[in-house]
Amino acid sequence: MNIDHTILTIITFIPLAGAVLLALLPDRGKIMPWAALTITVVTFVATLHLPFHFNYSALPGTFQFEQNREWVASPAIRYHMGVDGLSMWLIVLAGFLAPLGVLISWNAISERKKLFYILFLLQQVAMLGIFVSLDLFLYYAFWELSLVPMTLLIATFGRTSNRRRAAIKYFLYTFIPSALLLVGMLWVYTHTGTFQLPDLAQLAASHSISNNTCALWLASLAFLVAFAVKVPVFPLHGWLTDAISEAPTAAVMVLAGKLGLYSILRFSFGIFPTQSRQISPLLIALAAIGIVYGALLALVQKDLKKLAAYGTLGHVSVVVLGIFAFTVAGLDGGIYATINEGIGGGAFFMLLGLLYERYQTYDIRDFGGLAARFPWMVTFFVITTLSVIGLPMLNGFVGEFLVFSGVMQSTVSHHVLWTALATSSVILTASYMLWMVQRIFYGELNFNTADVTASDLDVREHIALWPMALLMLAMGVASPIWMRAIDRAGTQIEAIVNHSGAATVNLESHNQPKPSETVPAIAQGGTN
Amino acid sequence: MSSNILALLPEIILTITGVIIMLAEPCLRPGNNRKSLGWIAIAGTIASLGAAWYQIPLGTVHAFSNTIQVDAFSILFHFVIGAVVLVTLLGSLDYFHGNASHAGEYFALICFGATGMMLMSSSVELLMVFIGLEISSISTYIMCGFRKGQATGSESAVKYFLLGSFATAFFLYGVALAFGATGSTNLYSIAHGLETTATPKLAFLALAMILIGLGFKVSAAPFHVWTPDVYQGAPAPVVGLMSTAPKAAAFAVLLRVTFTGFPHMQHRWSALMWILAALSMTVGNLGALLQRDVKRMLAYSSIAHAGYLLVAFTALPYDGIAAACFYTATYAAMNVGAFAVITQVAGYEERARTIDDFTGLGSKRPWLAALLAFFLLSLIGIPFTGGFFGKFYVFTAAIHGNNVWLAVIGLLNSGIACFYYLRLLTAVYTKAGSDAAKLEPRNRLSVPAAIGLSLATAATFFLGILPGGAVQFAEYASHSTLIEQGRQQCAETPDNCKLPLRF
Repeated sequence: MNIDHTILTIITFIPLAGAVLLALLPDRGKIMPWAALTITVVTFVATLHLPFHFNYSALPGTFQFEQNREWVASPAIRYHMGVDGLSMWLIVLAGFLAPLGVLISWNAISERKKLFYILFLLQQVAMLGIFVSLDLFLYYAFWELSLVPMTLLIATFGRTSNRRRAAIKYFLYTFIPSALLLVGMLWVYTHTGTFQLPDLAQLAASHSISNNTCALWLASLAFLVAFAVKVPVFPLHGWLTDAISEAPTAAVMVLAGKLGLYSILRFSFGIFPTQSRQISPLLIALAAIGIVYGALLALVQKDLKKLAAYGTLGHVSVVVLGIFAFTVAGLDGGIYATINEGIGGGAFFMLLGLLYERYQTYDIRDFGGLAARFPWMVTFFVITTLSVIGLPMLNGFVGEFLVFSGVMQSTVSHHVLWTALATSSVILTASYMLWMVQRIFYGELNFNTADVTASDLDVREHIALWPMALLMLAMGVASPIWMRAIDRAGTQIEAIVNHSGAATVNLESHNQPKPSETVPAIAQGGTN
Repeated sequence: MSSNILALLPEIILTITGVIIMLAEPCLRPGNNRKSLGWIAIAGTIASLGAAWYQIPLGTVHAFSNTIQVDAFSILFHFVIGAVVLVTLLGSLDYFHGNASHAGEYFALICFGATGMMLMSSSVELLMVFIGLEISSISTYIMCGFRKGQATGSESAVKYFLLGSFATAFFLYGVALAFGATGSTNLYSIAHGLETTATPKLAFLALAMILIGLGFKVSAAPFHVWTPDVYQGAPAPVVGLMSTAPKAAAFAVLLRVTFTGFPHMQHRWSALMWILAALSMTVGNLGALLQRDVKRMLAYSSIAHAGYLLVAFTALPYDGIAAACFYTATYAAMNVGAFAVITQVAGYEERARTIDDFTGLGSKRPWLAALLAFFLLSLIGIPFTGGFFGKFYVFTAAIHGNNVWLAVIGLLNSGIACFYYLRLLTAVYTKAGSDAAKLEPRNRLSVPAAIGLSLATAATFFLGILPGGAVQFAEYASHSTLIEQGRQQCAETPDNCKLPLRF
């Protein structure tokens, strides 16, 4: 049976069916986590269908596994899903992280398990839906939906009494720009009569969405700001630290980064290529500031969750820096780094969660000298740290290297200057991460936690962490496996943005350009 | 059956039901359970919904010397009103347990009220509208003060009565002025008379007066001041009813008066509507931010929702009417659902009043909490609920009518709105404190109430997931009124007939 045309629906809605199932099952013993684990593993296996059946020789700019049906006749809304090189690995990543999230919450969530896992699965639905939707309405529906489970997860399972405030802050920060995004979307719809992304991208390429430059600009800003808040881009990161320090580990793993970054790449660049190119200097500057700002603030945090939050800000800013350079290397690196952020950041938050489970604190000052007690945990911690700071042979290096080299290829001197500033983060990130490892695991035992009896990782935790560590290594040494699909997307976006109006030229070249071939061409062509 | 009776069939059935209940009430022993009367009312409502269904294939029917016009538009509103009444009746069957002495009148009044509202939505003659308005208002005034012996209840009833009468007076004055300016109180004749009237200013004044009167009824700012007090004091099921059904009827009238009666002044009244919409949304949402009482908060939220609905009036006629129809239906579904949950949670005594009293509902009564969460999310406008699609549809219409900035105001408002809905929502899902004792201890949901709740849920859900059918019907309703408008125009002035209306 050929399931290529329904696979995306299946992937998206398995977690929903699972959530319904969980609602009906009794909340007794470990029924909930086991059921949730089964469902998430099934989802992950379903997502693996995509890379195995992905057609690498398809025309650039086309979508695969497409499903396109009418949903509402008027206004013209279609149930349109599809995948390309940009979204494929993000879907697999979302599928991959979910079972690990369940494993990590196994004991951490001890009461109201039913609510927790239902919300977790709904979050999964929304996230997968965002990655597969090609209809703006459908996309927006999932985008808004993604707010609800997360808000409730923070409000209900938050760590301190600050949780309700953090939840509402998170919701408002994302909801209000999304309201403007809806206006932008409706404006685009009334001018084009379609919500289909491929159609809109074509119209945008021929500059025929609207003649009103000012309105186009406002609409593009509505899109960009809504996405930038979700990323978050400096200075729109106000919600991040509160949300991260409150949210339970499984929720934090999916909180920042990929949704917003994917949306920028897909929708901002797709529908507003000219405006995106023109606004890139601002975004490059903000990204560079965000990188340094995040790293510097992470350096002085005493709370591990806050440290990780500012670290996250720095890492997503690296992606923003890469993608707004509009060079193939920068875009490829940005997409790759988005996945890295999911894995490296995810593993980091998992490890912090494990520490918290043992000691009930995130305060760095309470830790010290734990390396002797937790030989396995310290191993994973160091691997994750090395991945996050971008050591060669691990995944972080590939993304970071491509991003920085990509921006450096930009012919705009302004970009190069900001990048010079941003590269300092390589040192800063290493300092705060390594310093943190040193303070937690080395030195003398801290008297605050010395008396607490705690054991090293158990089997369940090993099962949760090994895939992460192996993947970091695999993505570091065998990056072409992933890069093959990503590079197609990166090349395509670069072509659209830099030559909007002449994008069809690129569509005609069937053979897939390698980065080494395209890079000099970009260097000559420049971003302007 | 004569076409007159056929045209008013839903109203007639409801009236007869009400009369039967009034007659049966004294036959029951005092202190006995009044549930059977409730079942009669439910049967009558279902029958009248059936009658409305039966009217669909008839197309546009005129009756009672062209004062009544039954078309897809009025049938749509009949459905909304009938469905709201049905859910309210189902939810309040077991509401009176132990306080049954006056339950009979309650059921009868709901039927009479519904009759008036349905009459409003099907009349094209302003005096007929007035009669419907009075029938529905008087029933609602009484129901507001239905929890006898409660000061807030009486306060609510008296306030509603005084301000409501005041509003009706405005409406009537407007009707009189319209008659003076155009020589008729029939909407089509008014539209025709406007073309030749010597006193367009007087006609506009008439329209403004009518707007004020109806503005009171739909609680649009700045005519909203009665709403919070009245909603706070009235019993929860009554608030559920009066915040949806009479509003739907008033919006039906407003749509007919503006788009059918005064189409030539659209550029003028749409500016008024712009202001009313922006004000209502902003005042409603900002006011709700400050509230601790749940019903009071939802009162302000209903003001805001009236604002969202008014946005549809600034759109082009075809889009605007369809969007307003659709939004009325979704708003009715989600709001009546939210109040049905509150009825179940708070019980007859309504000890759980403030947001803090709802803390811990999630663990105590998980299903009710989940439903409340669902309705609140729909009120916020989260996708896959009716509320989202309603808003989406209204704002699409507004942007299509070149009112981008009103859409911006409206959607920013929906951002403010989620703050107070979320406060309730997060309270429901946080751990219970010591106040949780105020929640109604009765843990079982009665079957009729469950049916009512699931009806509201299903409606809210389907309007969000598969809105296609409802949108089509709303567009058909819009089409039917505009076509009729064109037809009437041609009958009056065959020379410049503009029948092929531009949609």
